[in-house]
Amino acid sequence: MAIFKLQINGRSYQADVEPDTPLLWVLRDNFGLVGTKYGCGIAQCGACTVHLNGEATRACVLPVSAVGKSKVTTIEGLSVAGTHPVQQAWDTMDVPQCGYCQAGQIMTAAALLKRNPKPSQAEIDETMTGNICRCGTYHRIREAVKLASMSSPAGTIKSSKTK
Amino acid sequence: MQTIEHSSRRGFLKIAAATGGGLILGFNWFESEAATATTTAAAVAAGADFNSYLSISPQGIITILSPNPEVGQGIKTAFPIIVAEELDADWTKVVVEQAPLDTKKFERQVAGGSGSIPHSWERLRKAGATARQMLVGAAAKRWSVPGSECTTEKGFVIHSASNRKLSYGELATEAAQLPVPADVKLKAVKDFKLIGTTVKNVDNAKITTGKPLFGLDFYREGMLFAMLQRPAFGYKLKSLNAEAAKAMPGIVNVVTFDNNVAVVGKSTWQVKKAKDALKIEWEKADALESTTDHNRLFKELLDSSNATVRRKDGDVETAFKNAAKVVRAEYQCPFLSHAPMEPMNFFAHVRPDGVELVGPTQTPELARNETAKLLGITPDKVSVQLTRMGGGFGRRLKADYVVEAVQVSKLVNAPVKLIWTREDDMTGGSYRPAVRYRFEAALDAQGNMIGYKLRGASINAGNATREDNFPAGAVDNLLIDSVDHKSPITTGPWRAPITNFLAFAEQSFIDEVAQAAGKDPVQFRLDLLNKAKQKPVGAIKYDIDRMKGVIDLAVEKSGWGKKKGADGKLVAQGFSVYFSHRSYVAQVGEVVLQKGKPVLQKVYSAADCGVVINQSGAQQQVRGCVVDGIGHAMYGNLTFKDGMTQQKNFNEYRLIRLNEIPEIEVHFVQNEVDPTGLGEPSLPPAGGAVANAIFKATGKRLRSQPFVEQDEFKGVS
Ligand code: FES
Ligand code: FES
Repeated sequence: MAIFKLQINGRSYQADVEPDTPLLWVLRDNFGLVGTKYGCGIAQCGACTVHLNGEATRACVLPVSAVGKSKVTTIEGLSVAGTHPVQQAWDTMDVPQCGYCQAGQIMTAAALLKRNPKPSQAEIDETMTGNICRCGTYHRIREAVKLASMSSPAGTIKSSKTK
Repeated sequence: MQTIEHSSRRGFLKIAAATGGGLILGFNWFESEAATATTTAAAVAAGADFNSYLSISPQGIITILSPNPEVGQGIKTAFPIIVAEELDADWTKVVVEQAPLDTKKFERQVAGGSGSIPHSWERLRKAGATARQMLVGAAAKRWSVPGSECTTEKGFVIHSASNRKLSYGELATEAAQLPVPADVKLKAVKDFKLIGTTVKNVDNAKITTGKPLFGLDFYREGMLFAMLQRPAFGYKLKSLNAEAAKAMPGIVNVVTFDNNVAVVGKSTWQVKKAKDALKIEWEKADALESTTDHNRLFKELLDSSNATVRRKDGDVETAFKNAAKVVRAEYQCPFLSHAPMEPMNFFAHVRPDGVELVGPTQTPELARNETAKLLGITPDKVSVQLTRMGGGFGRRLKADYVVEAVQVSKLVNAPVKLIWTREDDMTGGSYRPAVRYRFEAALDAQGNMIGYKLRGASINAGNATREDNFPAGAVDNLLIDSVDHKSPITTGPWRAPITNFLAFAEQSFIDEVAQAAGKDPVQFRLDLLNKAKQKPVGAIKYDIDRMKGVIDLAVEKSGWGKKKGADGKLVAQGFSVYFSHRSYVAQVGEVVLQKGKPVLQKVYSAADCGVVINQSGAQQQVRGCVVDGIGHAMYGNLTFKDGMTQQKNFNEYRLIRLNEIPEIEVHFVQNEVDPTGLGEPSLPPAGGAVANAIFKATGKRLRSQPFVEQDEFKGVS
């Protein structure tokens, strides 16, 4: 066991855990940040996606000891009140079915739009293909990413239509 | 809650005024005479036979309890829509809460069989209409006008003659004083304002911000974590050396029960690591089955003389003897994992005075009863709190993982959350059964199907046929039988049980027969339906006109047989139609060849599920079902070696991904039929629509799933 100090969602956290503990389980079991989900534990499904210095990262295979001073953002910290353009687009397009995979989908999409604010459909597909949705909400995921990419910087979504 | 005596003559509704005012309606489903003169407050406390609640606060907030488990089918949104419609509520003021298990209050708390809406449709409507009528009564009384002069709209009672209006919140307390009307008028379907519109998932805000909603998100102070090592199928526990595991940090105990080894500790990761450090010897206790054995076994089953006859019409032997042409084909489907994204988990706390259960289950009552049985206590000592489920697909109809949590909590005498890893989920059982089908069709010289035989062979599926489904009733001579092998490999219902593979096989075979008869596949089906209508053979348990209705709609929307691609050539289309879970769905798949390999481009889906309650939810269910159906037909495969699955996680077990989905166009038949289920019926036809389109494009019949392992797809990533 060792003490790890982490920067998560703009706050400092501290945990006494084994160094190989995946960030996913530290977030969930130690900090109660349960928005980040477990789906496979082997970097296959994307349910555990968080941002590490703004980049989409799979928390299930990232040992807490490797986080260091990196800034971690989880779904809870993506925006204060759920108003990030991607979160809004997800609601507008009514994407979730069971909802379990959606935090990971949203985090993956948000990281994509950060590095590429106007992705083509091919770019959206390429990135979002890494995240499994067992309920099959893929069409709306694609539409929601497009919608979020069209929203103004203030995060307001202009026109939309639920498909 | 303040006790106010009220009763309805027919006992349908109970009302009470809440502390601080407002109206509460508890409505039960039985309308029994006996249940009349109980006060709501007392009745609620005693758990009288109320089915659900609707309450209106003086501030106008309408709270509706949703009794059924939410598994992604959208019931938590659909149920309140129905109540709010008849109530003429302002949807923005409706709050929905998940009710706990209480079969005294709520009669049916199951998520399965696409049965929630059909079961509750009228009851929910009456509840809303009754509350509305009482609110009108209260307003009429206040204004001293006849109730018939009042109308309602978006949470207000309106008297337009005098230009007055009052909000439901203002009227709620007074409405609670009024007697419950015995008869209420329900709206005509054409007057629906909310039903049939686009309403978003009521949990969107929580889901998109990562709030704890799911079973795996449940934490309790002092709770321990547990994981199990279960034997492969056919093995039992021989010996255990848990020394190393027990010495690991955070590990509290290692216990065994029923050939399982449970590791209990203070965090998920510590438990997972200790589980991997267990030294276990297993010994053979039953047959150790492999997929290669199954392949051999299926041959025997298909030829077996010990099949159970499921339906027999006319004289098949003679029909086949006199046939101008006979078509034969065999189809097969593998085992599948349910693989919901949220793995199995449950919280259990066995205390001396009772058991507390919290978690994701499609059948909370079963969980409660199995727990009570295990512990030898009465079910009323077990409470079940329902969490939102990260999918289920039938897997959570079983309570095995709940009982495991109870066992562990009892053994370590502490509150425990039991967690299955993904590997546990894939190796630990309850799968879709594997099946083989043998079809035979006899055609006369004109290409009419005069004989039809189907043998269903399965592993732990019971009856792998649906003997009364189409084309039964349309063929003079028909024989449907089944034969099942009992295996140690556990199986269970998987979204659209049986029909999820039967429909693919049958709809592909019908296509083969149509081709052999030289007829258009759609016309061939229509001819059979016409025959069933004019000269029905035996019992017909599907609605011929509704089936024709979805066929017509799919034909129209897809431009069946006429649609041309950009190259001016006819698009390769495949047709499929199926009746399951009380709903009818026809689909057309479209395939193009890219570098000589078939690629599914588009699926048209036409469904008749009666009145559509929520456009958004309904479209989602159809799309989700089609993606699920084609995804598993294309990629799904679970194989065994000596009682152990050869796929253990998503790197080996392939699920469909975003870049593999076709465009899906969703259509509904517009009618006023009471709504039927939609969580499953669009899945069964999907595999056949794809396979038939692939045939059209390539000339090759795909009779074996997963398609991706067939030659046509070799080399396609
Ligand atoms: S849980 Fe991390 S990718 Fe699946
Ligand atoms: S919404 Fe259920 S897994 Fe994606």
